[in-house]
Amino acid sequence: MDLFEYQARDLFEKHGVPVLQGYVATTAEEAKEAAEKIGGVTVVKAQVKVGGRGKAGGVKVAKTADEAYEYAQQILGMDIKGHTVHRVMIAQGADIAEEYYFSLLLDRANRSYLAMCSVEGGMEIEQLAVERPEALARVEVDPNQGITEEKARQIVTEAKFDDETAEKVVPVLVKLGEVYTKEDATLVEVNPLVKTGDGQILALDGKVSLDENADFRQPDHESLVDKAAENPLEAKAKEKGLNYVKLDGQVGIIGNGAGLVMSTLDVVAYAGEAHGGVKPANFLDIGGGASAEVMADGLDVILGDEDVKSVFVNVFGGITACDAVANGIVKALEILGDSATKPLVVRLDGNNVEEGRRILEEANHPLVTSVDTMDGGADRAAELAAAAN
Amino acid sequence: MSIFLNKDSKVIVQGITGGEGTKHTARMLAAGTQVVGGVNARKAGTTVAHKDQGGNDVELPVFGSVSEAVEQTGANASIVFVPPKFCKDAVIEAIDASVPLVVVITEGIPVQDSAEFWAYSKTKTGADGKPTTRIIGPNCPGIISPEESLLGITPANITGKGKLGLVSKSGTLTYQMMFELRDLGFTTAIGIGGDPVIGTTHIDALEAFEADPETEGIVMIGEIGGDAEERAAEYIKANVTKPVVGYVAGFTAPEGKTMGHAGAIVSGSSGTAQAKKEALEAAGVKVGKTPTETAELMRELMGAK
Repeated sequence: MDLFEYQARDLFEKHGVPVLQGYVATTAEEAKEAAEKIGGVTVVKAQVKVGGRGKAGGVKVAKTADEAYEYAQQILGMDIKGHTVHRVMIAQGADIAEEYYFSLLLDRANRSYLAMCSVEGGMEIEQLAVERPEALARVEVDPNQGITEEKARQIVTEAKFDDETAEKVVPVLVKLGEVYTKEDATLVEVNPLVKTGDGQILALDGKVSLDENADFRQPDHESLVDKAAENPLEAKAKEKGLNYVKLDGQVGIIGNGAGLVMSTLDVVAYAGEAHGGVKPANFLDIGGGASAEVMADGLDVILGDEDVKSVFVNVFGGITACDAVANGIVKALEILGDSATKPLVVRLDGNNVEEGRRILEEANHPLVTSVDTMDGGADRAAELAAAAN
Repeated sequence: MSIFLNKDSKVIVQGITGGEGTKHTARMLAAGTQVVGGVNARKAGTTVAHKDQGGNDVELPVFGSVSEAVEQTGANASIVFVPPKFCKDAVIEAIDASVPLVVVITEGIPVQDSAEFWAYSKTKTGADGKPTTRIIGPNCPGIISPEESLLGITPANITGKGKLGLVSKSGTLTYQMMFELRDLGFTTAIGIGGDPVIGTTHIDALEAFEADPETEGIVMIGEIGGDAEERAAEYIKANVTKPVVGYVAGFTAPEGKTMGHAGAIVSGSSGTAQAKKEALEAAGVKVGKTPTETAELMRELMGAK
């Protein structure tokens, strides 16, 4: 889960990383109040989980609280690369002398953590990495050690900070390391990390991604979820404990196992090329169980998607037996009754497939077509969706 | 020959008394795996009742620790079914007991825990400088050498022994591909897992299959996220002489969305299925558009041989 800048700022503050005052506001009035509270020059910053907001006009320096009000009014509701701005952060103005870059992230390739640091901050880090790789220090951080003082010293040395600045940056990096490990983050990025005119080090803008697998030991993270931004179908699926992602096609997909479902989406999109370009409408992994309830919940979510014209159920029975899945489908259709109106193409294979296919045949539901292969099923579901368009 | 696991492998189950542990201990025994015991500190000294492949009753001892289980049974492989919050400790226990092979089935382990046990495993090396413990997973279906042994949750009846090796990030896609190619059969099929940090990689499996005289062709299945497939492609180009076919899932996955597996995410322009396919093709690997087409490509390569 990616956090908003203001949430990252709050986490930084919680762990003792030096930050400036900042308050989130959802209305221009709140923005004005925040600016009054801070006093002096403030910065009104759009809170969106996408880069390039400055260029898009989403960051403005306000000399007075009234100006903060005006800018907040302009920025709230603005569209930045497809993200609507619902919140702004009112941050204390900073007297920036120098800008640096720091990040700590999960390095998948090396199965370790990687710290990156540069005395040339402020610009896009991808750009810096390409144009001036020598200016970006890359230092491995042992997951069992984290950023110790010694490691922080190595980072600032390799990043070529001058001695005086280095002394001040080291403790900040140690604290940022704590944010990473104590919050179960997969990314902590500060860009820019700044030195002010009076020599203070501050984390001016932060990006943090958190590991949702760690939610069981991070009870506070629940409150950081941006519920308003969730797609209503995704929210509904989540409530029912389903692994669902909304896409923009016409063929609803239900399958078991993340890899097989991803593959099913691709095979449907491929088959759809021959049927007017129909595409998969969603990712939905019902996992190992595939009980009638799970199947009914899944179908309910998918059939609630107006874009869906047909549904492809693709199950390979490994541990799950196909007869259980077939019974699940039949009972799910009973539960849904008249609300189930779209054709279902069902492909079952694997564990107890004969019995599964027999159950579907016997039920002889008018909406259900049983097919033998994954490619055949994808083609049939795409054809049905195209016909209904 | 099989890789990493064979009929002589002696297996202990960490979490043998839990629901998943119980179910899969029974399935592994039925598949012919030599399960010799299990671990649960709270139930040490008890036994659990199961049937072996021949249907005979067996009483498996439950030990208080992995090291005790290894000492008493001579186990050289372990499988972990414990819940996410206890997994790191369970894996570290197995590493400390120098178990050569540990399969971690559990899904939902915090990635920092996986990074920590992986880093720990690298500090415990044998005479060859390599980690003493090979970790497969987490969040994986495990490994099967058909008709020899199953250390995982893969259905043992999909396919028999044969001449192909398979390595995949996904469980059900592994089953699908084994099913598609059941006419050729497999030496070993490994599901390496869908998490961002995993133990055994595509490259480790490719290396072992290349070295295995009975494996004649290799199926490699990847999915979006990270760059493991790209690195595997480079490895294949430089080191693999056997025919390899590939399949990559997730062409239709949108940027920034996690597709079921914690590691299956396209970030910006990196981790896309298209990039992985292109990298594999550049290394001379034939990549199928669907699992069925991939199986067909392998069949052609094997027939032409």
